[in-house]
Amino acid sequence: MSAPVYNFAYLDEQTKRMIRRAILKAIAIPGYQVPFASREMPMPYGWGTGGVQVTASILGPDDTLKVIDQGSDDTTNAVSIRKFFVKTAGVETTTRTEDATVIQTRHRIPETALTENQVLVYQVPIPEPLRFLEPRETETRRMHALSEYGLMHVKLYEDIARHGHIATTYAYPVEVGGRYVMDPSPIPKFDNPKLSDSAALQLFGAGREKRIYAIPPYTKVKSLDFEDHPFEPYRHDAACELCGATHSYLDEVITDDKGGRMFVCSDTDFCEQRRAEGHAHVPDQNEAVHG
Amino acid sequence: MISFEDDKPLLIAEGLTKYYGRQLGCRDASFELYEGEVMAVVGESGSGKSTLLQMLSTQIEPSAGRILYRMRDGGLQSLWDMSEPERRFLLRTDWGYVHQDPQHGLRMGVSAGGNVGERLMAIGQRNYAGIRATASDWLGRVEIPEDRIDDTPRTYSGGMRQRLQIARNLVTAPRLIFMDEPTGGLDVSVQARLLDLLRRIVSEMRIAAIIVTHDLAVARLLSNRIMVMKGGEVIEAGLTDQVLDDPHQPYTQLLVSSILPV
Repeated sequence: MSAPVYNFAYLDEQTKRMIRRAILKAIAIPGYQVPFASREMPMPYGWGTGGVQVTASILGPDDTLKVIDQGSDDTTNAVSIRKFFVKTAGVETTTRTEDATVIQTRHRIPETALTENQVLVYQVPIPEPLRFLEPRETETRRMHALSEYGLMHVKLYEDIARHGHIATTYAYPVEVGGRYVMDPSPIPKFDNPKLSDSAALQLFGAGREKRIYAIPPYTKVKSLDFEDHPFEPYRHDAACELCGATHSYLDEVITDDKGGRMFVCSDTDFCEQRRAEGHAHVPDQNEAVHG
Repeated sequence: MISFEDDKPLLIAEGLTKYYGRQLGCRDASFELYEGEVMAVVGESGSGKSTLLQMLSTQIEPSAGRILYRMRDGGLQSLWDMSEPERRFLLRTDWGYVHQDPQHGLRMGVSAGGNVGERLMAIGQRNYAGIRATASDWLGRVEIPEDRIDDTPRTYSGGMRQRLQIARNLVTAPRLIFMDEPTGGLDVSVQARLLDLLRRIVSEMRIAAIIVTHDLAVARLLSNRIMVMKGGEVIEAGLTDQVLDDPHQPYTQLLVSSILPV
């Protein structure tokens, strides 16, 4: 029995060529959704088939790959995608953000600032920001073409009318380079400011919906808002209970069934590095007692 | 009565013709519409009145003929020579379109305020309080209680939905509004209230309107002029009272005599 022989990074060269052409077009038109012939991947839709195809197409033998899922390097989705590329491409992998050249991510942007030598690949479930307001694809395409984006603000209006503030907390719509309105994938709106003027190239792949889009480095990305209800990033008003960080995005972890909870950094690599540097949580007098 | 001191037509239709394949939809319709004037298009089902309305509102392209529209700067422009973005911009600022079925003209899952505010946001208004104040003002003008502003049209009655649709269209102060059977599907007392409202708003804001209806009573109440269509052609046109009181064509006579005297 011989093991199946794969091309480097699973996809055949013709497919990679097709995807790279889509990526180049996406970079040339920031925020525009480029259709591509998405392939069947050996994992179910919703597990990042779009991101995996983009990563496979840009990966070279010298690259170092980091895969995160909700900021974490060790959840099922991140582990299985990392293993997939170790097996099919044999590339180096890392959990350290600054050591990676390609970072595939689901729903987060790393806390550590990215550099010009890095590419961030997002997994996107629904690339069309107007989808839930206008179900017709023909119509949303025309709206993008003519930049008729009034409808996007109707959604924000509804938020304020119902909740008194813009209640959209993730997949918060942005305008890229003053032209296309784009869904940044379900990242928390805390991460939205990091989209703008990023030194790293940002690529977005949606496998099921067969779309690729991109934000080139140093592109202005603006979160949509109203004059009297400006965009505000949200984070829990607490410090990480492991590393004491007060400026990182926090996950709320339920610790028991008596209402006990703790806040920890969602970016595990960031948190570990801080703890290695000697940062620790300093209990605050006013903070609620846990457990 | 409205006086027409400004004698430049707002809309000029010249020889509008539409064939669906070999099937005639509407042939050689020509007319002029002036600012603040209300014109009714009447006729039985299949007479081509909806085809005519769709051509005028640029939803379908005529097979022959052209439509000229006077822009706000005073210049006449041929609608089908304009680019699509320009046409669509016109459609959502300077024009309104009231559908027979409010479900087609409204976003049923969006609150009344959002429905009215959509056009404002589409033309670039980004002040929440301002948009909401305008929406609330318009709800008042179409007699919808202001505390219903955050309810979706799903919770509205048929008459309220139709009034909301009117508010949604009028919020950008259009100069021309198309209405396709605006009172269809409403009961008689609700119809009467809607007609009163339409008549008041149209005359207050001096909006020109083209109303397609099969109901001669609606035409008589709302319109200054009337066009009678049959088999895809305009068979009679003139002042509403004149045509209805002294119809010349046999078909028009039949139409007039077939309504019950009130």
